[in-house]
Amino acid sequence: MEVKTIAGVQVNVSDDGYLEDMDQWNEDIAREIAKELNIELTDKHFEVLNYLRQKTKEGETLTIRKVGKSGVVDIKGLYKLFPKGPLKFSSKIAGIPKPTSCV
Amino acid sequence: MKKLVILGAGTAGTMMLNKLYKELDRDEWELTIVDQYKTHYYQPGFLFIPFGIYKKQDVVKPKYDFFPAGVNVIFSPIDKIVGEENKVLLEDGQVLNYDFLIIATGTQTRPSETEGLKDKLWYKDIFDFYTIEGAVALHKKFKDWEGGNLVMCIPELPYKCPVAPIEFVCLAEAYFAERGMRDKVNISYVTLMSGAFTKPVASKVLGDLLEEKNIKVIPDFYLSHVDNDAKKIVSYDEHEIPFDILTIVPVNMGSDMIERSGLGDDMNYVKTDKFTLQSEQFENIFVLGDAANIPTSKAGSVAHFAAEILMENLLAAMEGRALPAKFDGHANCYIETGHGKGALIDFNYETEPLPGTFPLPGIGPFGLLKNTKMNHYGKILFRWIYWHILLKGKELPIEADMTMAGKKRM
Ligand SMILES: Cc1cc2nc3c(=O)[nH]c(=O)nc-3n(C[C@H](O)[C@H](O)[C@H](O)COP(=O)(O)OP(=O)(O)OC[C@H]3O[C@@H](n4cnc5c(N)ncnc54)[C@H](O)[C@@H]3O)c2cc1C
Repeated sequence: MEVKTIAGVQVNVSDDGYLEDMDQWNEDIAREIAKELNIELTDKHFEVLNYLRQKTKEGETLTIRKVGKSGVVDIKGLYKLFPKGPLKFSSKIAGIPKPTSCV
Repeated sequence: MKKLVILGAGTAGTMMLNKLYKELDRDEWELTIVDQYKTHYYQPGFLFIPFGIYKKQDVVKPKYDFFPAGVNVIFSPIDKIVGEENKVLLEDGQVLNYDFLIIATGTQTRPSETEGLKDKLWYKDIFDFYTIEGAVALHKKFKDWEGGNLVMCIPELPYKCPVAPIEFVCLAEAYFAERGMRDKVNISYVTLMSGAFTKPVASKVLGDLLEEKNIKVIPDFYLSHVDNDAKKIVSYDEHEIPFDILTIVPVNMGSDMIERSGLGDDMNYVKTDKFTLQSEQFENIFVLGDAANIPTSKAGSVAHFAAEILMENLLAAMEGRALPAKFDGHANCYIETGHGKGALIDFNYETEPLPGTFPLPGIGPFGLLKNTKMNHYGKILFRWIYWHILLKGKELPIEADMTMAGKKRM
């Protein structure tokens, strides 16, 4: 764990750069993390980010499949919004932990 | 008489029935088990069928052979569980009341969840080896195949026996080498995961193993659909991989009965406390085996370890005591790696697979995360253990809780 300053705020991040505490998140932090990933955030992005945050608060584990069925965005759309990292990048920008797949 | 009902007579349900039969006072408890089918399949054996190592008759036995005398056995599809009323409705119209219920309905493959999968190439050039039908059809195909692109694809998580596709490509590599046609077969391992396996250390070791065998790992490929005319698989971000034979682990899901009962998550896995194995919704419902949504492997070995924990908690619940036992997610898998060798991995909720020896520190005989002949014999021995010890609910000389003895931290 390390402390990093993102958008002027000190936040705790994991080794992979995911926020450790989702309550330290705000929209400017999201924009700055997104910029590092070469993503310009639109309203549609924020709709997805808020969905991810809400489900995480409710204690659910997220999968691409679940997001695709959420009615917020379909899987193709999710890939368009977050190329190469539909769940990893969106989670990072949403300030929630790195998605784990359990097998 | 008080009633205990078990739903599903596969690995987990059968094992638990035999354990309970020995443990419970039979003047006090009436035991009932329900399944839709009369045949028990040794699923780990499916893996060997495409290569002619096992035949169909090596992996099937009547379920009846494993039920103790004096329990009620019902063969019928289950319609749904009505948790509020402590009853189960069967499709044949029967209604079963229960004091305690154990759900062990496992997970099943759903090829229809993927567009273009169960289409004109199904069981002609596209196969699964997760069902007896798929494994047998693939064996027929391999017999006179002249080579080309063999693509193994993992389209969704979770799926049972997470190492089976790795074993499959290793066995295929050995099979085509033995037939003197390895140079005519390109094998690739296509997965939605970021590497050969999810847990980092095992992923690295297994990834290296595949590379050594000239099996190409293509990670981060999330399958959108199968193009039957062009014979290629297409991902959501529009990458395409051509195949001559596609082997796939179709999307795995729990029984629709779980959905109808309102007890499941979006993949129909029962919402279960990962430590106590109790349903999150009803105190007198417990879950064992692949049917549970607990974050560990869906494997027979996990069900075996979990069964001991379930027994303790169930006995406590029957006496109205607090649940004493906590499951740690212990999983233990032999990995068949071809050419008569095998590896073994051992892990739980907290600890990822680590190198070392098992079960005796420093001695083994099985090398953890190492590729040895001894591990291969472990896998072959497992079939005997499965029929004669595991299903009958007898003890194995391995602890339910994982031990760190004999392992190296990395
Ligand atoms: C190719 C392959 C290789 C494997 N290799 C290994 C291995 O090496 N090691 C290992 O530990 N595990 C391995 N496994 C996994 C192992 O077989 C399963 O994890 C194990 O069988 C799970 O037991 P279960 O009782 O939960 O489910 P199952 O054994 O699948 O039993 C579920 C039962 O419930 C019944 N059922 C479901 N729904 C209904 C309904 N609505 N009405 C009535 N009945 C119903 C089914 O008919 C079935 O009999 C492998 C699996 C496969 C497919």
